[in-house]
Amino acid sequence: MFGAVSLMTPVYTQARGYATLKDISRRLKSVKNIQKITKSMKMVSAAKYAKAEKDLKATRPYGQATTVFNEQAEVEAQQENVKKHLIVAVTSDRGLCGAIHSSIVKAVKALLSDEKAQNLDTKIVCIGDKSKSMLQRVYSNNILFSVNDIGKKNVSFLDASVIANEILNSGYEFDSGEILYNKFKTVISYTTTKQPFFSTSLLTNAKNIGLYDSLDAETLKCYQEYQLVSMLFYSLKENSTSELSARMSAMDNASKNAGEMIGKLTLYYNRTRQAVITRELIEIISGASALDAKE
Amino acid sequence: MSFIRPLLKIRNAQSQIRLLTRSMATDMSFTFASPAEVLYNQAKNVKQVDVPSLSGSFGILANHVPTLAVLKPGVVNVTENDGSVKRFFVSSGSVTVNADSSVQLLAEEAFPLEKLDLKAAQEQLAEAQRSLASAGSDVQKAEAQIAVETAEAVVRAIQTGI
Repeated sequence: MFGAVSLMTPVYTQARGYATLKDISRRLKSVKNIQKITKSMKMVSAAKYAKAEKDLKATRPYGQATTVFNEQAEVEAQQENVKKHLIVAVTSDRGLCGAIHSSIVKAVKALLSDEKAQNLDTKIVCIGDKSKSMLQRVYSNNILFSVNDIGKKNVSFLDASVIANEILNSGYEFDSGEILYNKFKTVISYTTTKQPFFSTSLLTNAKNIGLYDSLDAETLKCYQEYQLVSMLFYSLKENSTSELSARMSAMDNASKNAGEMIGKLTLYYNRTRQAVITRELIEIISGASALDAKE
Repeated sequence: MSFIRPLLKIRNAQSQIRLLTRSMATDMSFTFASPAEVLYNQAKNVKQVDVPSLSGSFGILANHVPTLAVLKPGVVNVTENDGSVKRFFVSSGSVTVNADSSVQLLAEEAFPLEKLDLKAAQEQLAEAQRSLASAGSDVQKAEAQIAVETAEAVVRAIQTGI
């Protein structure tokens, strides 16, 4: 992690200054250690990823089913009936997984600058320390609250319900909102996705709501709350799988780069060693021949 | 040949009936899932689903009027086209019936009824009743109340199948 910086600095191609054999061997050792670390991190995330992907497969139909009602009833957030908007940024606490967190933050920032033009009152819920630390400098007024320690172990439904509960009890009565998360596609790709969600009043004003029979306010409220939890759970699940796969490939790349560097350093180390031996030989031989010449 | 023809007719009639029932049932696309597993994924082979909801239990056939409901702890009966009935216990969740006859039944927890253990359920019920008796604050009381109701539903489901 800290070694990533020193990996980038090309110390072995010093233009001036003579790298002694000891310097090179020290550098070589440190790169080897870094490679060991990245390799084992890759192994860990590979194991976690395999499990997460299996779980995700079982969750996908559930997640997809949560949004069917919104599509069928054609719930829409129109400008005139939306004043308060809530963005849920799904990230995690740990980095070293490529651009997975920054792509979420980028999307949040794009939305915020877009919504400023629309005069919306927008709040953000940060899931994970990463989005919090990236957003709090500029948008600290917009952050409603943040949670961490999500997704360290397997994402559970309880995590999602705790977050949803916190949102519903925060006193911020949003009209519409969206969850921003990375949808897992393959090991090497993910897409940053928006999952919209709506307040009960928007649900009651949906275009096709008239088709639905025997709806009372209480049922709709319960339904909307459960829907929010399910959506959150599904987004968390997708995001953690994408994160693990991204970390796996990032660590794979790091190990490869370290391997390359080790190769170059070893070559340089051997050359230098040879040079030192040759120099010593020359010194000995020329010393000896100078003695010979005297006699 | 003459004796084969009536037989053929019967077979034709049978396959027609089968076709008819199938075309009626294909209308329902049934999804039943919990966060942990998928029990039905847009299944077409389901005739009827009975769900326990907060506003009373109801059955869903194909072309049911679109509705939303919130589940309460109880037993979901899924009748498949071949007449076999599968029973699941659900703790809570939601059910959506859409205009295109697709049904989404999302449960927080769903287990086949035969996997539940009566003794464990009874123990849990006793435990829940104890914590209800000792609950101090209103929130604790409400939580304990929910636990008792769920445990009661589990026990009832195992004993009576309802």
